Amino acid sequence: MLRQNFRNYIRELEKEIMEMGQMVITAIERSIKALKDHDIAAAKQIIADDALVNKKRWDIEERCIDLIATQQPVASDLREIVAVLSVVGELERIGDYAEGIGKIIVMYGDQPPVKPLIDIPRMAEKATDMLKRTLDAFLKRDAKTAMSICNEDDEVDSLHEQIYRELLTYMIEDPKTISRATYLIWVSHNLERIADRVTNICERIVFLATGSLTDIKVSRY
Amino acid sequence: MEITAKIETVGLNLYYGDFPALKDVNIKIPGQSITAIIGPSGCGKSTLLRCFNKMNDLIEHTKVRGSILIDGQDIILPDTDLIFLRRKVGMVFQRPNVFDLSIYNNLKFGLRIHRMLDGKNEITESIRNGLEHVGLWEELKDKLQSNARTLTLEQQQRLCIARVLILKPDIILLDEPCSALDPIATLRIEDLLRVLKDEYTIIIVTHNMQQAARVSDYTGFMYLGELIEFSETRRLFTNPKEKLTENYISGQFG
Repeated sequence: MLRQNFRNYIRELEKEIMEMGQMVITAIERSIKALKDHDIAAAKQIIADDALVNKKRWDIEERCIDLIATQQPVASDLREIVAVLSVVGELERIGDYAEGIGKIIVMYGDQPPVKPLIDIPRMAEKATDMLKRTLDAFLKRDAKTAMSICNEDDEVDSLHEQIYRELLTYMIEDPKTISRATYLIWVSHNLERIADRVTNICERIVFLATGSLTDIKVSRY
Repeated sequence: MEITAKIETVGLNLYYGDFPALKDVNIKIPGQSITAIIGPSGCGKSTLLRCFNKMNDLIEHTKVRGSILIDGQDIILPDTDLIFLRRKVGMVFQRPNVFDLSIYNNLKFGLRIHRMLDGKNEITESIRNGLEHVGLWEELKDKLQSNARTLTLEQQQRLCIARVLILKPDIILLDEPCSALDPIATLRIEDLLRVLKDEYTIIIVTHNMQQAARVSDYTGFMYLGELIEFSETRRLFTNPKEKLTENYISGQFG
């Protein structure tokens, strides 16, 4: 095949994106586990590890810049590199949300739980599942799957609303829970934003596959 | 950038009569890699390339000062064995210069001149190897007796590369090797160079900046006989140190 060398660069780039995706998925999962376990040490480690995600982003961006400067990519190759530049930004931000949950855990400290955590882990599971399938769709340049994943953002939005309303009732009932419940609303908000960022990646997949830049869906928040 | 040099020039100056074609060029070219030399017409890039196998000696009134070290040996010294040097440092030109002979004899020619092989089997084996290396064997194995001029330009250029390779050089110099080829043939030659770089040190002079960017590991930019900048290709094309380099590669002059 012609320009085998260039194809190899693109494959490496895709591998890097998948690695970075896995890093942020792990960060989200660890953050929810630390939240459930009240594990402040683990939370601090998540915060520290975010630097690795950031570094990965710069490394991938640098590769993209090198490829544009030296290989004159065109058509779908160019779209892929442009898409990657945008996707790494989204992934990096998703990593920041996981780090943010770590910070909330540290602030929450040793205070007793407001309530058993049920919906927040479910929301995290939904968001990470969306992200995993989105990364897969990216590799396959599968615009159809990407569009349908966007629609699933509704479920995450609904869970967020549900958590918000439920926590409001706790706060009304017992004002001593206000600060702890607010922290949990922040966690829920972070997860909701993660799903939104996933839909941004899906938009890039549609661009990669079809060349059209479209705003697929505006989140409720 | 600390690199072990396969080729190194120290204070290299070259005059054609009174005209200084190279001014104090200091370059360290690493082995087993592709180095591109770019720059506008008349900047001295081909002159520099021709220094590495002493082709400039053929031009009258040429004066060379400084040193050119290949594997640490100064080839400027008059006792340099030119026949040996030119076998070790092969060259491919702008237009494929096949001889008006069969494909087989084109390849055999160099072997004979350099008295490298005697037995017919050895020669045939070596010719086969050469053609395989440049991806021509399958296409041409049944017509080795055809005249080389009947081949396409790309095939002729590959044949010229094969003719260099079978002499077992260390270094291959290419002066605008793709300028007579169409874009697809150009990309295929570039792919070939990438394969060859594992075994050889390749230096390519090109007008085509995109080609330099695509194919090379290191790039030198020359201007008015001076080496303005030499660095990793990815560096030179994303973040050149010199303003002059930036202006040239971004198309502001040249």
